[in-house]
Parts: sequence; C-alpha cells; structure tokens
Amino acid sequence: MGNLEILVEAPIFSVQLLLDGLLVGAIFALAAYGMALLWGVMNIINIAQGDFVILGGYVTLTLYNAGIPALAGVPVAAIVLFGVGWVIYRVVIFRVVDRDLFISILATFGISILLQQLMDQIFGADIQSAESGLGTLFLFDNQVTLGKVKLVAFGTVLVVGAALAIFLKKSRMGQAIRATSQNARAARIMGINTDRVYAMTFALNAAVCGAAGALVVMTWVIQPFIGLAYTIRSFMIVVVAGLGNIAGVVAAGLGLGAAEQFAAFLLGAEFQIGFVFALLVVILLLRNAVLKRKRQVLK
Amino acid sequence: MNSSTRMVLSAALFIAALFVPQVPALQPYLTQIAFLWVMILFALTWDVLGGQMGYNSFGNILYFGLGMYATAVIQRDLYFTVEEYANVAGGEQAALTTAEYLFGLGLGMGTGALLAVIVAALLGSGILGLRGHYFAICTLGLGIAAGELASGWDYIGAGSGLVTPLLPDALGERGPFFYYVFLILAVIAFLVLRRLYAGQFGLAINAIRDDEDKAEALGLHTTRYKTVAWCVSAFFLALTGGAFGNLVIFIDPTDVAFAGPTFGVWMVLMAILGGKGTLWGPVIGATVFHVTQELFWTYLFGWQRVALGLLIVVVVVFFPLGIVGWMRERWPKRFGEVVDAEARKAQISLEGES
Amino acid sequence: MFARLKPCLVPVTVAVLATSLSGAAHAKVDGDTIVLGAALSFTGKYKTNGKHTKNGYDLAVKRVNEMGGVKVGGKSYKLKVVYYDDESTPARGAQLVERLIKQDGVKFMLGPYSSGLTKAMAPVTEKYKIPMVEGNGASRSLFNKGYKYLFAVLSTSEQYLAEAVNLAAEQAKAAGTSPSAIKVALAVENDPFSQDIRAGVLDDAKRHGMNVVIDDKLPKELNDMTVTLTKIKALKPDLLIVSGHSKGAATAVRQMSEQKVDVPMFAITHCEAADVVGKYGGAADYTLCATQWAETMTYKDGYFGAAPEYAKLFEQTYGYVPPYQAAESTASVLVWVDALQRANSFDTDKLRDALSATEMETFYGNIKFDETGKNIAKPMVLRQIQGGQYKVVAPTKWASDKLIHPRPKWSER
Repeated sequence: MGNLEILVEAPIFSVQLLLDGLLVGAIFALAAYGMALLWGVMNIINIAQGDFVILGGYVTLTLYNAGIPALAGVPVAAIVLFGVGWVIYRVVIFRVVDRDLFISILATFGISILLQQLMDQIFGADIQSAESGLGTLFLFDNQVTLGKVKLVAFGTVLVVGAALAIFLKKSRMGQAIRATSQNARAARIMGINTDRVYAMTFALNAAVCGAAGALVVMTWVIQPFIGLAYTIRSFMIVVVAGLGNIAGVVAAGLGLGAAEQFAAFLLGAEFQIGFVFALLVVILLLRNAVLKRKRQVLK
Repeated sequence: MNSSTRMVLSAALFIAALFVPQVPALQPYLTQIAFLWVMILFALTWDVLGGQMGYNSFGNILYFGLGMYATAVIQRDLYFTVEEYANVAGGEQAALTTAEYLFGLGLGMGTGALLAVIVAALLGSGILGLRGHYFAICTLGLGIAAGELASGWDYIGAGSGLVTPLLPDALGERGPFFYYVFLILAVIAFLVLRRLYAGQFGLAINAIRDDEDKAEALGLHTTRYKTVAWCVSAFFLALTGGAFGNLVIFIDPTDVAFAGPTFGVWMVLMAILGGKGTLWGPVIGATVFHVTQELFWTYLFGWQRVALGLLIVVVVVFFPLGIVGWMRERWPKRFGEVVDAEARKAQISLEGES
Repeated sequence: MFARLKPCLVPVTVAVLATSLSGAAHAKVDGDTIVLGAALSFTGKYKTNGKHTKNGYDLAVKRVNEMGGVKVGGKSYKLKVVYYDDESTPARGAQLVERLIKQDGVKFMLGPYSSGLTKAMAPVTEKYKIPMVEGNGASRSLFNKGYKYLFAVLSTSEQYLAEAVNLAAEQAKAAGTSPSAIKVALAVENDPFSQDIRAGVLDDAKRHGMNVVIDDKLPKELNDMTVTLTKIKALKPDLLIVSGHSKGAATAVRQMSEQKVDVPMFAITHCEAADVVGKYGGAADYTLCATQWAETMTYKDGYFGAAPEYAKLFEQTYGYVPPYQAAESTASVLVWVDALQRANSFDTDKLRDALSATEMETFYGNIKFDETGKNIAKPMVLRQIQGGQYKVVAPTKWASDKLIHPRPKWSER
C-alpha cells in the first residue's frame, strides 16, 4: 500500500497525523463526557448529542458574524445551550426519563431531526466556519503544522472537563447528581429533588456540547446535517471507557481521534466516516463477546 | 366477527387496491401511491423485530440497500460490462427486451433476497446478542457504515450512483407496473407474517420480547429464533429494495439505498404510530404516516421536514401505544387481543409439532 | 379485530391523497399563460443552490413577461413556472416527473438542481417525449445516452477544470520542463458531479502524461481534510484539484491556509457560491476557480443586456451577487422563449427540433447544442483570485490578467 510506504519512509507525517488525531479526539471526548453523564444519571442515550454540538457551533458563528471574537463563543455557546437543554428537558425529556429505553432513544432522535431541520431553515444548508485568527504553529522544521486553535481547543477541553469534575465532586448540586445516579429512589427519599437534578444534568450536558461545538466551528467547518457522526463517536467512546470514568473517556476519545486519522490516511478519505461506524459495530460485538466469556467464567 | 366475514372484507380490500391504477383521477399519483406499499412493507418488516420481538433496530435499511444494489448489479452484469454500462445506462442503447428485463429483475431480486438472508444470518448471530441501547445504536451504525462503504466502492458506482435499466415500453408505464409489484409484495409479506405470528414462531419471539432470559431458561433457542426473525425481515426488505431501485431509476448510496435518516427512521416511526407488536398496526401507521407526509409536503412547503421531526417527538412521547394500541385500550372488547382463539390455536400447533 | 376498518382503509387513503395532492389542473398552455415545470431542491442539502436556481428562473420569467411575453402564432403569452420540492433526493424526484407531466400537464420542462436529480428525471421526460432545458446537471454521463429531449446550457463537468490541467502543462513547458513531470493531486467529493470532474481531470492528465499521485474521495459529511493535506505535504504535487460543491471549496481554502500547505497550483470549483474571498480574505488569494460564467464577460441579449447588467438587476431583485448557478437557470428560460418563438407552435416535437437548432447569444454566453444536447458554444473560464478580486486568466481569449504562478509560499506572503 503506497500510503503505508509514506509513513514508513517519512515517519514525521505519522507525528502530524497523531497530533491532529489527538487534538481532534479531545473534542470528541468532551461531547462523550456529557453523554456519559446523561447516561449514568438519567439512563438516557441522547441521539441529539451531535446536534447540540452543531447548534453550539452556530451560536458561536452568530457571534462571530456580529464581530465578536470566536473564542468568546465557548462560554456563550455553553450558556445558550444550557438554556436550550433546560427547555428541552422541561418540554420533552422529563416525560421519557423513566420510560422504556427505546422511547428515549426515539424521542431524542426526533429532537435531532427537528434541530437539524430548524438549523437548516435558520442558518442555511451551506457550510460555515468562524476564524479564531490564532495562526499556525510550526514544528520539526516546518514539517508538522498545527492550527493554534487546535491547541486552544485541547486546553479548553481540559479546563471544561476539570471544572465539571470539580463541580460534580464539590458542589451541592454535583453531589445531588452523583447521588441520583447511584440510586434515584434513595436520593428522592433523602429529600433530593430528582426532577431538578435531571433538568440540571440534561442542561449541563447540552452546555458541554455547546462548548465543544464552539471549538468545532473554529477548528473545522459545520453544516446542519453532520451531527450524527458526533453522536456515534460519543457513544463509542462511552462504550469503550465505561460510565463515570473521566480518564477513560479522555483516553478513548484521543485514541479514536488518532485511529480515525490513520485509517483515513491509509484507506483513503472516502472511508473515514464509514470507518467510524464500522468500528462502532466491531467494538460492540467485541464487548459482547468479552462479557459472554466473563459470564461463562462466573458459571 | 367471525373469520369468514374477515376473509371476505380482506378480499374486498385487496380487490379495491387492485383497481386503484384504473381510476383515471389517480393516475398522475400512482408512483406516489406505490410508495405507500413500500412504506407498509417498511413498517411490517421492522415490526417483526421491533414490535413482536422487542429488538429495536435502526439498521434494517441495510437489507433494503443490499437488495437494491444486488438487483441493479445483476441487471447490469447480465447484459453489459461495467464500462459499457457506465456509458449507456439510462439511455436507449441500454434498452432491454421485456424478457431480458423481467429475467434480470427477477433474478436480481431473488439473489438480493438470498444475499440479505445470508448477511442477516451472519450478522444476526453476533449483533442480536446485544441488548437494549447497545443493539439500537449498533444497528444505527451498521446502516450508516453500509452507506459509506457503498459510497467508496467503484464497482457499484461509488458516490456517482448507479442507474438501473429502464422499464421496457411493452410493460407500460412504471407507475402502474411498480404499483402492482409493491402491492403483491406487501400482501405476501402480510400473509406470511400473519401465518408466522399465529404459530409457534410468533409465541417464541413474543416470549423473547417479554423476558428473554426466562425464555432461554425455559429451553427456547432464543438466538435461533432471533436470527430467523431478522432473516424474514431482511428477505422482504431486500425484495422491496430491488424493485425500489428500478422505480427510482437512480440509486444514490446514501439518499436512496442506505437512506438511514429518512427511510430508516420512518420505518420505526410508522410501526410505533400504528401500534407496534400488532399485525395491522404497521399497515395503519404506514398509511397514516404516508398521507400525513404528503400533506406536509404539499401544504408546509419547505417546512415539511421540521414538521416531520416534531411529529416524531409528539408521537413517541405522547402516543407510544400507537393507533391500534390505543384502540385496544379504549375498546378492549372490540379490538383487544383474542387470547382464546388465536393463542389456543397456536398452542395446539406447538403441542402438535413437539 | 380490524376487519371493520379494512374496507374503508384504501378508499379513504386514496380519497385523501387525491384531494390533498391535486391543485387546480393546469394545461400546458392555460389561456394566455405558458406553463413551465420544474422540480427543485427547496429543502435538504442542495437547498442553497436550489434557491439560486429558482431565483434564476423567476427573474427570467419576470423579465420576459414585463417585455411583452412570448409570441406564438401571433398571440402574446405570459410565462409561469410550476415548482415542486424534490427534497434534494432522487427518491422524491422520481415521484414528481410524472406528476408534473400528467397532473400539471407540463410540456415544457426546466431542469432540477444537481446531476443526480437530473439523472433520475431525464429518462422519464425522454420516455414521455417532453423536452427539458436544464442549467444545473453538468455530469457528462447525461450526454452520451442518446437523449433527444434533453438540452443543457452549461458546459459539462469534465470541462470544469480541464483548463487548469492545460495551464499547468503550459507553465511546465514555459519553464522548460516536460508536462509529464507534473504530479497531480485530486481530492473530490463522492457525488456524481464531482466524480465526473475527476474523470475529466484524469483524462486530461493522462493526455499530458502527468502522474496522479493522490486520488482521494471526500465523504459527503466530511468537514475535515487534514489527512489529505498531510498526504499532500508528503508527496508535494505540482497541481492540487479539489471539488466538492461549496463545502469542498470552503474546507480546502481554510485548511490549506491553516496547515500552510504549499502547492504551486491550486484549482477548485464553487469559489463564488462558497464566498471564499468574503470568508477567508487573503488566504483565498492565488486560488484558481472554475466558473461557467463571469459577470465581467461581454455577451449580451435583448432581455438583460450584457452580463454586468444582469448581475445588477439580479442583485437589486434578490439582494446578492448572482452565482453562475442562477445565470445558467435564467439562460435556460431564455432558450425556451427563443425556441417557442421560432417553432411558433406548442407541439413538443416541433419544439424539440427548434431547440436542437438553437443558436443564440445571451448574457450568459453563446448557446448552440450539439446532437447530444449539450452546449458547445460556451467555454468554461478559469479565474484566479488576485488581491481579493476574481480575474479571468484562462482561456486566453477571455483572459483579463496574467496568471500568477507558482502560488507564493505561505512563508513569503
């Protein structure tokens, strides 16, 4: 394979792919972290996760077009999406929290389609992007080039992730969220308003996605219909890392980012998205096989 | 109402459907009405797993696309080389005689269906081992991965798509022709499923839905039943896909063949709207959905997809029982499940077989 | 169980469908109105270009009607277009052709947006012998089928970037090297239109004996090209060609500048539609852009005057500079007007013959169809962005400025 030869003969390009992949993966990890939270606390898989990300991107874009620096979009998108998440919880999600798993998947699928179409109507179907104006970083004798915005994105992911972890650990609300995730009934008996906890969790998740979206629109380009790929990536990362495991989510996210870059380089760009989805199927099957073996051992 | 009245009414319905293409006022819409049968097939086949067995698949579209591509490729390779066909497809030089066309279509659909059953059997043994969230998302990934892979494969046209052979003039217009193809397919699928649900198979997959672990503990070969159910579903979907490609003429890998975000989601919605886990539910759901969708399309120009998203949320959140489920609750005497007659019959056949 | 419902199910469905779907039935010519028909993408991924197409059609209809309409058989007729939304998918398009033809009685068809949709519709219009004049289905595979009722005012897709390949060859010769030493990199989207462009470029590259070192297909949902660009850094091609509608243009220009990828010649499509200059400013400089039509060209006609006047009128009416997608659409309507007047009849066969004998000048360019139905009288032009302005650099006949070659390195800008 010719592409492989390039990497063997000029290993520096592996460094480029690896760095790009890791920095991309950080953003995946951020959205995945939100999904793990939601899944752990409310037992809901949010298919609209990716659309929250893209919506965050559009919020940032709106600011950018109004002349405000794109970086300011990170907090603003988070705040706006927090509100959006809260409203969606109050209107739809609270009705499906305790219901059949599939109902919540399908309900969020509906929300996903609705958001996509609304974004299409409001912002148009064309791709758009916001410039961070940060320039490029040159490494290894200019052989490796990185948009500085990717580094900023990486840093932001770490900050947001850490802030969220501290919030969950230290704050009253965070403790309530964790208590609810361990046992919702017991939490209710202890006087925790679980409905409020759920609303908070859902809104927090949306806010995290919004921040991720702001980073996406600064780093790449967005259009209304690419959300699903982010949902699938988040799901995959959570499946690999498990719930409630921040370090695992970050590691899986970075790994996925890097794997994607190498796959696209070796197989051709046309298979990049297909690779993500095929990998999902393989991972789920592997996971199932491993679990089966464990069950047999237990017997 | 006894079964003979039911038979008579069903037959009357079928005959009415047979005459739809003869009504002059409907002729301009025949292609659109033919789509109704496709929708019914979507909902019926989805419900085998989703409704009757409790395995909610977002990836059944895989078999639809598989059947479509298999049919188109066989139609092409029977009479042309790949390069030759790329140059003539869609035009007069690619015209086939009636016999050639029907043979190609039949062989293609048959092969596609066989292929789909094989793939379902292979995938089923692994993927049907997953439960709940994992199964739903895994199948979602499956459908989209198939579309992406098809987009990259040059032999089947990759992203440029594939043009199917045109319907020969002797077979008339494509509207009525495919109307009948899909009508017949839908009726066969309905009858086969009715037969299956009434017997041991139906009881077994219902048991899997109600409590898989218990069913397994009672000695039911759950994996075998699950795989067979998926194969049945795949079989009819592949046949539908094979004919559908020929109706649309142009196969786009992600918009027509592996159209997960549209057909893939609609089939779930239609079954739920009508009432999943019932025989008539998917049929009614598909009909209501298709008509609604056409109304949206006509009157909400440009906003129809927004309305569709809203419809999904509303149906799922407020109406999860579906039309038939709701009627069963409302008028249990009239529409409730006839436990005695049907179930007893099934039990008898079960005892007879064992 | 449901036996009671069954008998009324189909008739009800049918009745609802029929009443809901039928508007007033139009004839091909309704009193003093000539009805044209088109299925366009009002929703879905081609929405933006669908809008350009519709605006192009509407502006032409408005202008023609203002100027007295179309004269057939000594009588003056107004134009009108019936639109349907094909939702950017062939699955919907397939349902619409027959409806337009049978229910709305359309005998004069205008094209949809995109090659894929045109591929799904052309066999049907052909079967019903309904002429279709289109301006947005550029795939050359539409024009080797022997279609007799399909006419395209645009240059087909294999010509889009052929000029760029020729330019690269010329530059190599001028520099004293052989064109066969040129390394070509291709990154084109995985859709019928872009794949056709790829086929055209591959043919031309082969003719010059060039070496194609990268041939990536970009997925439709891709928003990141870094991998392909990394390959480009590794293999250092002399000519990079990217095509993927507006999406490909914007992604490529943006990431080329961010990753500081140096390529001597860089050619893309859809610069104007993606507004790469407005979005990326200086980063878009020196990019070569293929275009069907430029508002600086000097063609003219009796309806709109010259190209700049058309551009002005369009901008006044719709508030933005017309991309070539709109201009092609306007030209399609003008071709119909011309054919109707020359045929002096509403007979579709006579009209077909009139269409195939078309030889006219419009603001959009000369139009003359060959026997396959494609326009052979109008060239593609290649413009280079220089200091934020689009300057025509090829072909020589239209060139207003000199090509700047090679592109200055990022480090020297």
